[in-house]
Amino acid sequence: MEIYILLGFVLILSIYLGLELISKVPSTLHTPLMSGANAISGIALVGALTLTQDTFLQTVIAFLAITFASINVFGGYLVTNRMLSMFKKK
Amino acid sequence: MENFDITLLQNIAYIFAAILFITGIKMLGKEATAQKGNVISAVGMFIAIVVTAINIVNPFVVLGGILLGAFIGSVIAVKVKMTSIPEMVALFNGFGGLATFFIAWSEMSNTNDNLFQYLLVILTIYIGGVTFSGSLIAFGKLSERLKIGKGHMVTNSFISIFYLSLVSILAMLVLPMIGSLPLNFETIFYVYLALVMLGGVGFVLPIGGGDMPVVISLLNSLSGIAAAFAGLILVNNVLIVAGSLVGASGLILTIIMAKAMNRTIGNILFVGYAASATSSSSQQGEVKPINAEDAFLILENASSVLIVPGYGMAVAQAQHVVRELGELLEENGTDVKYGIHPVAGRMPGHMNVLLAEANVSYDLLAEPDDVNPMMDTVDVAIVIGANDVVNPSATEEPGSPIYGMPILEVANARTVFVLKRSMSSGFAGVQNPLFFKENTRMLFGDAKESISGLVSEFKD
Repeated sequence: MEIYILLGFVLILSIYLGLELISKVPSTLHTPLMSGANAISGIALVGALTLTQDTFLQTVIAFLAITFASINVFGGYLVTNRMLSMFKKK
Repeated sequence: MENFDITLLQNIAYIFAAILFITGIKMLGKEATAQKGNVISAVGMFIAIVVTAINIVNPFVVLGGILLGAFIGSVIAVKVKMTSIPEMVALFNGFGGLATFFIAWSEMSNTNDNLFQYLLVILTIYIGGVTFSGSLIAFGKLSERLKIGKGHMVTNSFISIFYLSLVSILAMLVLPMIGSLPLNFETIFYVYLALVMLGGVGFVLPIGGGDMPVVISLLNSLSGIAAAFAGLILVNNVLIVAGSLVGASGLILTIIMAKAMNRTIGNILFVGYAASATSSSSQQGEVKPINAEDAFLILENASSVLIVPGYGMAVAQAQHVVRELGELLEENGTDVKYGIHPVAGRMPGHMNVLLAEANVSYDLLAEPDDVNPMMDTVDVAIVIGANDVVNPSATEEPGSPIYGMPILEVANARTVFVLKRSMSSGFAGVQNPLFFKENTRMLFGDAKESISGLVSEFKD
């Protein structure tokens, strides 16, 4: 149970940190921020990699989790970069 | 001992990855550093994935999945048109949610007698599953493939399933305390999985297109929270930190969007405009149409012009001709600014992306608070396919459903051109008195054609 308390600390502090970091973002960057944050939520890939694959069902589930998280990660970062490369001041 | 070293190495690398995510997301918030911030966050992701992949169970499944996902994701990201960004963000977001749904499902077998772990798994399945199916519906709505909305019979059935799915979370939580079950647990669990997926459909289906900026931000937030919860299940700090950052950023965007509509998040998600609409004064009058030639004569003599784009500009894909018109006006000595409302379009910052694609310098883009005080010095405000965000009812009619919503007060400009396909009302279903004002001229037709008409007048 103690481990959950520690993890809970990390969770709460990270949320507060996130709220502080992002509270003053100009509206120009709302879409790239959303898309870039979306790519970060592909961190689920790291979790998907650690799943046990003892049974056939588990293997299928792990494969699907890895595939979909990878789409999220690669697609998310690439499209954010594409978008941001268009934002220019002339 | 060997195993221990790998875990230690991984955890140290996770700390670095977390630092890179935090730095990256901070830099994403400023124009000058945004692109670098995205790269830094990608490096963090790369480190986290590589160190995790050191001791994988089944290389074929893992590499196969990553390669397949990388291929699909990259192709979509490179090929997508900038006008389709909202639905694509929704789709990627849904896939992230689906991944956490699978993670939690897989971890169900490891809960054993740990009640807290079981609770986390049930909740993560819910958040991840609803994020996925909700995002798919948002994708369908944003790409205009899905036309079913509020009030439809199908929608109503799905809304019931959504409420049922909420109840089923509670049912699942008390389940372990019941000694003998009528069905075996596995069956009940699969029913729960199905309810969660269908529930997400019922969550987003009734929400209208104009409210999509809020929904898409909220789903974004949920996918982060789902990842953070998956981190709790797997006892993995990097998932918790990264997921929380995303959850927080999505939450902030959700709040900003709701504020820009002057509504509560609950009203947007569960009530919608139609129910809150009490009165709509049938203020009618004479609409004064104008043709491109006359509009050009006015623009030619204007010393300051404010362009106000809305969803109609996205639909007509008119951003490039709009930029062309802006440049021609500038060459003519006119001061040109773009007035961008936070909820114009279908996602936060939608107009900014389109104008950036068309090469409009971002320092020409101004928010309502910046342009409203100087509105009476604007000679011509050109409203392109925007409606509710320029509706004066928001400031003048206390009975209006959109009363109190911060708007771009274009009615205070000397002349207003409204480019519109027809006289239909905007997403709020509210009549817009702006069209009947003394200083308003309507330029009917497709936005792209109308602007092209003005551009060719300038070139002649």
